Amino acid sequence: MARIPTICPFCGCGCSFYLIVKDGRVTGVEPSPDNPVNKGMLCAKGWNSYEFIQSPERLTTPLIRKNGEFAEASWDEALDLVVSRLTGIRDASGPESLGFLCSAKVSNEENYLFMKMARAAFKSNNVDHCARL
Amino acid sequence: MTNSINEFDEADLFFVIGSNTTAQHPLIGSRIINAVERGAKLILFDPREIPLAQFATLHLKQTFGTDVALVNGIMNIIIQEDLYDKPYVQARTEGFEELKTMVARYTPKVVEQITGIRSSELYRAAVMYAQADKAMIVYAMGITQHVTGTDNVKTLANLAMLTGHVGRPSTGVNPLRGQNNVQGACDMGGLPGVFTGYQRVNDPATVKKFEDAWGVSGLNPKPGLTITGMMNAAHQGTLKGLYIMGENPLMSDPDLTHVEHALSNLDFLVVQDIFLTETAALADVVLPAAAFAEKQGTYSNTERRVQLAQCAVSPPGQAKADWEIITALCRRLGMKCDYACTEDIMREINALTPSYGGITYERLSSGYGLQWPCPNDTHPGTVFLHRDQFTKGKGSFLPCEFKPAAEIPDDEYDFTLTTGRIYYQYHTGTMSRRVDLLEREAPEPLLEINPEDAKKLGIRSNDVVEVESRRGSMRIKAEVTTRVPKRVLFTTFHFKESQVNRLTNSACDPVAEIPELKGCSVKIRRCS
Repeated sequence: MARIPTICPFCGCGCSFYLIVKDGRVTGVEPSPDNPVNKGMLCAKGWNSYEFIQSPERLTTPLIRKNGEFAEASWDEALDLVVSRLTGIRDASGPESLGFLCSAKVSNEENYLFMKMARAAFKSNNVDHCARL
Repeated sequence: MTNSINEFDEADLFFVIGSNTTAQHPLIGSRIINAVERGAKLILFDPREIPLAQFATLHLKQTFGTDVALVNGIMNIIIQEDLYDKPYVQARTEGFEELKTMVARYTPKVVEQITGIRSSELYRAAVMYAQADKAMIVYAMGITQHVTGTDNVKTLANLAMLTGHVGRPSTGVNPLRGQNNVQGACDMGGLPGVFTGYQRVNDPATVKKFEDAWGVSGLNPKPGLTITGMMNAAHQGTLKGLYIMGENPLMSDPDLTHVEHALSNLDFLVVQDIFLTETAALADVVLPAAAFAEKQGTYSNTERRVQLAQCAVSPPGQAKADWEIITALCRRLGMKCDYACTEDIMREINALTPSYGGITYERLSSGYGLQWPCPNDTHPGTVFLHRDQFTKGKGSFLPCEFKPAAEIPDDEYDFTLTTGRIYYQYHTGTMSRRVDLLEREAPEPLLEINPEDAKKLGIRSNDVVEVESRRGSMRIKAEVTTRVPKRVLFTTFHFKESQVNRLTNSACDPVAEIPELKGCSVKIRRCS
């Protein structure tokens, strides 16, 4: 059994807790007792925050829409398509015809890279996220 | 937040406005309750009888969209009664005379007409806030999601500066951020006009710095579109491709019919997420992402605390961490992108972002995170901002006149509909609705309606009602409750079964482009 430190994925309080991992599966949470934010406490969402990651509805493979329906695809196929369509639109209509929505749910490093890709590779500053919503 | 969560424990007074704290930020809500129980005062401004109301020293229920008039009225009383912090105003601020002249027009009588708050109560609130030694203003989207959102925030900042309640422990202007990394997404340049650390994309020296670091030339110096602007551009056909990572605008944005049309009008939509959300269902390509427990990375909370989360388990199937997906795309796009782990990315952020300069994995691996600004390896981080001076030197008072909401109830659309979150669910429900306990506690959407209104309309609890705005309608079960005042309806945007954002107004604050989700005009009838 392992205890892995993490940060709650819900609101902006930033409560810290340990994920209890057994046989490669999260079996529960244990609030961090000394963290100055939550001092050993969690709300109902925090206590149950590990459950949705094990949902059978998780996306497990890239999907590409073909004739109106989603079809499973390989990563290479999906990423090649994303690159060719986005660069195609940029080349035909200019960088400002592309938009990029970052996420208030992913890490700092991931938001940084996404922003870098939009501004450096596509030269588009149409970069935003749901801070306004 | 200018200040920190731990400072709630030492505050003498809380000025909570536009925040249902116990529901949206439960662990901060409990700090406020604990503080009240040890003797701190709580002034609550909220039209609804939210749970904090039972702990409030004073609960004032202002009319929707009248916060600027309300706070101007409070400042006027503080100035008239000579309760403002003269040494602070003189030493640390500028523009006091303009503020004084403008708020003088907001006499208690005028404010009562606009806000519905009695002069005597306004007076009590003003005196209590001004006389407190350490007073914290706490707000959330109830302040910002208005066409006057920017004015609301400026006005609260004016109030804090007027009374010297900023730049000291347990004071300040404290917006509570609603998502675990909304602060970080902003800090990392997830906004149209800035790179990391709010460095502007139209500043030539900054552009040069990023071009050199990234090994590119020709970065676009023109700030881009906000999410609201992007939806409008997609609607008009000028925005043709959109890449959405971990967001669900087809539930969260106002006027969903408009959003649906905008997204359908795109030539190409990519959505990267952990579930097939309402938004992902419209995509041309869906990329499966790892969830928080399945990757390493840092998150910045509402008090600017950057904390490191470790990887606990593997993602399901072929799902990958967002950073791995973006890295793979960047390589295909010809960018140099040789990150072996997220720590490599953080080193790049450290080098390019003064406020994150000393926030390294090495330091985050022990202790409890670091609060920015933290410019170097030995800096301890910053518990509260504006200690000796404001970022720009003196703090400018920015007086704002009251402007009404975009939609005011009339004879046809005769109710104000407001939206928010509830304790047991979260945002668009993508995560919380897949948790059994949360679904058990809050399984369905409910529309709060005052008993007097309900009686007139023949509505009882659990009756299905139809609510309609100028943009759309929904059916929903009614909950008859005194939690809402007369002529006000409340529900949440968590449930796809009753999409309240079909009804909400996309009218925006002109500066922040935040839509007025906190109030639109609707009519309601019981379904037979």
